[in-house]
Amino acid sequence: MTLEMTHTETPVIEVSHVSTRFGDTVVHEDINLTIMQGEIFAIAGGNGSGKTTLLREIIGLQTPAEGTIRLFGQDVSGFGERGAQNAYRRFGVMFQQGALFSSLTLAENVAVPLHEHTDVPPELVRDIVALKIATVGLPMDSAGKYPSELSGGMRRRAALARAIVMDPELVFLDEPTAGLDPIIAAGFDELVLHLKAILGLTMVMVTHDLDSLWRIADRVAMLGNGKILGTGTMKELAGSTDPHIHEYFHGPRGRAARSQYGV
Amino acid sequence: MSGKPQNALPHILIVNDSVIRCEGAWTIPHLTMLNTLLTTIQWPAVEDVVWDVMNIQVMDTGGAIVLHRTLTELRSQGKRISLIGLRPEFDDLLQMVSSHWDRVCEVTPEPERFREKVQGWISQQTLHALNGVGFAGEAAVNCFRALRRPSLIRWRALFHRLELDGFHALPITGLLAFLMGVVIAYQGAEQLRQFGANIYVVDLVGISLFREIAPLIVAILIAGRSGSAYAAQIGTMSVTEELDAVRTLGLSPMQLLVLPRVFALVIAVPLLTVYADILGVIGGALIAFNQLNVSGVEFVERFEEAVALRHFFIGIGKAPWFAVIIALVGCYQGFQIRGSVDDVGRRTTVGVVQSIFLVIVFDAVCSIVFSWWNI
Repeated sequence: MTLEMTHTETPVIEVSHVSTRFGDTVVHEDINLTIMQGEIFAIAGGNGSGKTTLLREIIGLQTPAEGTIRLFGQDVSGFGERGAQNAYRRFGVMFQQGALFSSLTLAENVAVPLHEHTDVPPELVRDIVALKIATVGLPMDSAGKYPSELSGGMRRRAALARAIVMDPELVFLDEPTAGLDPIIAAGFDELVLHLKAILGLTMVMVTHDLDSLWRIADRVAMLGNGKILGTGTMKELAGSTDPHIHEYFHGPRGRAARSQYGV
Repeated sequence: MSGKPQNALPHILIVNDSVIRCEGAWTIPHLTMLNTLLTTIQWPAVEDVVWDVMNIQVMDTGGAIVLHRTLTELRSQGKRISLIGLRPEFDDLLQMVSSHWDRVCEVTPEPERFREKVQGWISQQTLHALNGVGFAGEAAVNCFRALRRPSLIRWRALFHRLELDGFHALPITGLLAFLMGVVIAYQGAEQLRQFGANIYVVDLVGISLFREIAPLIVAILIAGRSGSAYAAQIGTMSVTEELDAVRTLGLSPMQLLVLPRVFALVIAVPLLTVYADILGVIGGALIAFNQLNVSGVEFVERFEEAVALRHFFIGIGKAPWFAVIIALVGCYQGFQIRGSVDDVGRRTTVGVVQSIFLVIVFDAVCSIVFSWWNI
């Protein structure tokens, strides 16, 4: 990985001492993370380890019980209505199920941020939307289709196109490859790498797809038992002695994924 | 793209006849400005032009599209353009745009023809009507089968629906029927008093309520309350694939979902109609006493001789049919919902409107038939 080349040392996201509780259930306890500009940062962990919750807290959809989260150097909880509006223009989110608006066609879905936040003339909106649809590898004749007429993989791609349509600095991906077949999932990984190379995006990805983690993540944070069990490159984590991390990477699937990358 | 702190506005300078200089931030927020700039600009007539783009500070996909589009357009006019000073990262962006450009240009929305639209609409409506009839037939077959073998009926679901759609509808139905009685008596009072025919308020209230108003009010209420709920429930089950699960578990959605709802309404609507009859008459009697000095005793006596029993039976005789219409239309619309959230709302509305429409049509047909038979 050409880590050092792509990073500048500006933190985009700083999560400090974050704790989350739902009633008596403790989801997170004292989480600390720093995500740098230009890196693909993955949040990994088993089912129910609070990965998605952490992501929602960073985006500001949920408030942690304790601790602060700084996005682009600003405290998320202190954003207020206008601050949040401005921040939402600087990042894009791709939700787990795509979250495309079912009453709009694919092209209209992708165009929503442009229509809402800019006054770009219609013919340019059409070009930008078409280009993004092409970039994520969707066929042009799908542009007029409604989300219910698209397959799961296509919906995921369309959601990514919507997330990057404003050329944001930061993109959040919630389980981008879950439920996709291996070929499409691999294609998705390549797509993410390609977009990062061209647009210079910072990406924060929640996943438990080991192949994805090996292939595209610059750094990974392992969540488990409400804490961060370890942060580092995949190689570093694979060498960790923590029993949970070890189990995660050295189970049968972990071994298979790892052997491909020669570690 | 990096460097979002706003940079200088984009600008295109014609330095001399053969050099054009681009400056500033070529980003999405500035596209409108760039676009107007490009439409007003007078390009030099020389064929060989150098585009100096060194001073473009930031560029994103939108800016790259504008640049690419302008260059392609000029090149197609026979100009030879050389780009100088393009930063490598912007070059990547431009490469990406040009590599996808052919596909972008493919998108030309084809206008739908009017005739095809009309044809499509007609065939769709015909299909809907046929589907509806088919659904009613299937439901009828299942109903008879269930009546012959009552073990097929889901009793738990039936009683649950009875409680929700019948029992819980009591307060609102009662209130509305009472108010209808009041309204009819009030409206009649003014006219009847002019002729000194006060006592006829009993005929007015009794016959109109029993024959028409009470069953219709109940049917309209139930269509709004339960018909809509049926469409939304079944539709949501279809969206969440629960219907498919029901089918693959070897169960019939007809027996599981439709029959309990139909039977529940067939039982509940006539009972609610009787209840509405009673409260409506009480409302009418109250106004008769208050406005027309018809005492309770007089009211009841007149009621016995004026309002024949057949009016009551005609009213509650229609009620089960109203119930069947409401339940079937609601369930049918629910089954038509495919996949999208929007569909749920639309079909629910269609279901309510259609069931009320059909109830009133059916009621009108009944009125005509009864008047032929002189009852």
